[in-house]
Amino acid sequence: MKYIIAIIQPGKLTAVHEALLDIGITGMTVTEVQGYGRQKGKSEIYRGAEYTVHFLPKVKIELALPAKMVAKAIDVIKTASSSGKIGDGKIFTFDLQEAVRIRTNETGESAL
Amino acid sequence: MKLVKVPFKGNIWEYLMVKTILKYSCLAGAASLLASPAFAQEAPEHSVFILNSLLFLMAGFLVMFMACGFCMLEAGLVRSKNTTMQLTKNISLFSIAAVGYYLLGYNLMYPLGTWSVDGVFSGVIGVAVMEAVGISADNADDISYATTGSDYFFQLMFCAATASIVSGALAERIKLWPFLLFTLILTAFIYPLQASWKWGGGFLDEMGFLDFAGSTVVHSVGGWAALAGALILGPRIGKYKDGKVVPMPGANLPIATLGVFILWLGWFGFNGGSQLAMGTVGDIADVSRIFANTNAAAAGGAIAALILTQVVYGKVDLTMVLNGALAGLVSITAEPLTPTLGAATLIGAVGGLIVVFSVPLLDKFKIDDVVGAIPVHLIAGIWGTLAVPVTNSDASFGTQIVSILIVGAFTFAASAVVWFIIKAVVGIRVSEEDEIAGLDTSELGMDAYPDFSK
Repeated sequence: MKYIIAIIQPGKLTAVHEALLDIGITGMTVTEVQGYGRQKGKSEIYRGAEYTVHFLPKVKIELALPAKMVAKAIDVIKTASSSGKIGDGKIFTFDLQEAVRIRTNETGESAL
Repeated sequence: MKLVKVPFKGNIWEYLMVKTILKYSCLAGAASLLASPAFAQEAPEHSVFILNSLLFLMAGFLVMFMACGFCMLEAGLVRSKNTTMQLTKNISLFSIAAVGYYLLGYNLMYPLGTWSVDGVFSGVIGVAVMEAVGISADNADDISYATTGSDYFFQLMFCAATASIVSGALAERIKLWPFLLFTLILTAFIYPLQASWKWGGGFLDEMGFLDFAGSTVVHSVGGWAALAGALILGPRIGKYKDGKVVPMPGANLPIATLGVFILWLGWFGFNGGSQLAMGTVGDIADVSRIFANTNAAAAGGAIAALILTQVVYGKVDLTMVLNGALAGLVSITAEPLTPTLGAATLIGAVGGLIVVFSVPLLDKFKIDDVVGAIPVHLIAGIWGTLAVPVTNSDASFGTQIVSILIVGAFTFAASAVVWFIIKAVVGIRVSEEDEIAGLDTSELGMDAYPDFSK
């Protein structure tokens, strides 16, 4: 089993959600987050004074899935969230040791 | 007005006509006079008294709602951790103004010719008293003018507006009770005393100073008191760091925008009611001119700020456009009657330009004014007062300038003394830790939006 964390532009969430549904991924956790990468925030003017917004708003998607689906999932997240511009985000994958469905006590892939 | 429902016997057209007349005569009390056949030949006895009083009541509740406008504007432009405190200050200051003006302010402002120091200090010290219940025309205080109750109500709202101006500038760092103590002294003493010099028939009025609805008497006075407070209180922690200005964007721009629209609406009462009469054709025509000019100036101010921020900063700054509209309103307040619509638009537009340039200027001097109250009310107020002679030949630049200086020097000095005394005795500023945590948590223990984070 694998665990994916993807940081994407907030406006791309709907497209990514739909793309993941299409390949049969049935669950995810979504969080509104702030952060920066190479883009390093941006400069704005408020009431005549310049200031830097260090942390830009992003959306973090987390999903657990069988290992065999990881390549496809990364591919559709990438396609659906890419604009080609700086700030599009990143995708991280991890090995997932265990999963438990609280209601039924199922474990492993059947709990996903 | 009582509406009695009776079964109607007649054809449908007569029914509709009667129904329409009833409907409109109920919507506006004044219209019922027009519907009465007697009005066509001769105005009812004391109609001037009644209509003047009606103007004061209608204009008064419009100006009352400006308290809500100030409150929403300030709640929108502070950071969310200080929202509950800003709301608390606004409802409290409005209520305290009602007490201060009752106890001392009204008679201090309107001595009606009884001076203890001629033209400078009222000889009438004591609480405001209205006419008795159910008076006849013979018992009216001034049958040629308006009821004392309506006059008091209307004038109180101006006094409260002055106090509202101060709260925005000092937001996010001043303690609640010391601020309210200052409000009591401002509304009971400082505002009414200087207002008596012009509107109470005092020495500025004798000199020929013209300030129709209070660019100087109300707005700049609020601005001077705010400036004294902001200087003595100091800027918010972290506002000026390493020689740079650190912006602290407001938490809720929809609420701030709502506030400005409410103020804009209320201003029709502020300026229109200051005609002080609507019992004649001339007076109602003037009130109408004032409404239209007031609107034109606000539009001018907003458009000027809209264009200027686009040109100077490369994009429009909504908070400046909001301030620009208000500066337009303040600018026209000294003389909303004599300008043409075009002149009113231009006078307001200059107010809008003043705001866009003076907000960064205050920051240069490290004067931290959270909502832009000083540029809007003080600086645009001075501009509006100076602009009176442009359209009104009864005014002179010299008298306007001298009056601005006298009112400014008195208000700034009196406010500074009061701020210093309060600071020395009880302190005016919250602790550093409390300021960083936000006044909602540290002073009140109540979040404005508790559900968002819990």
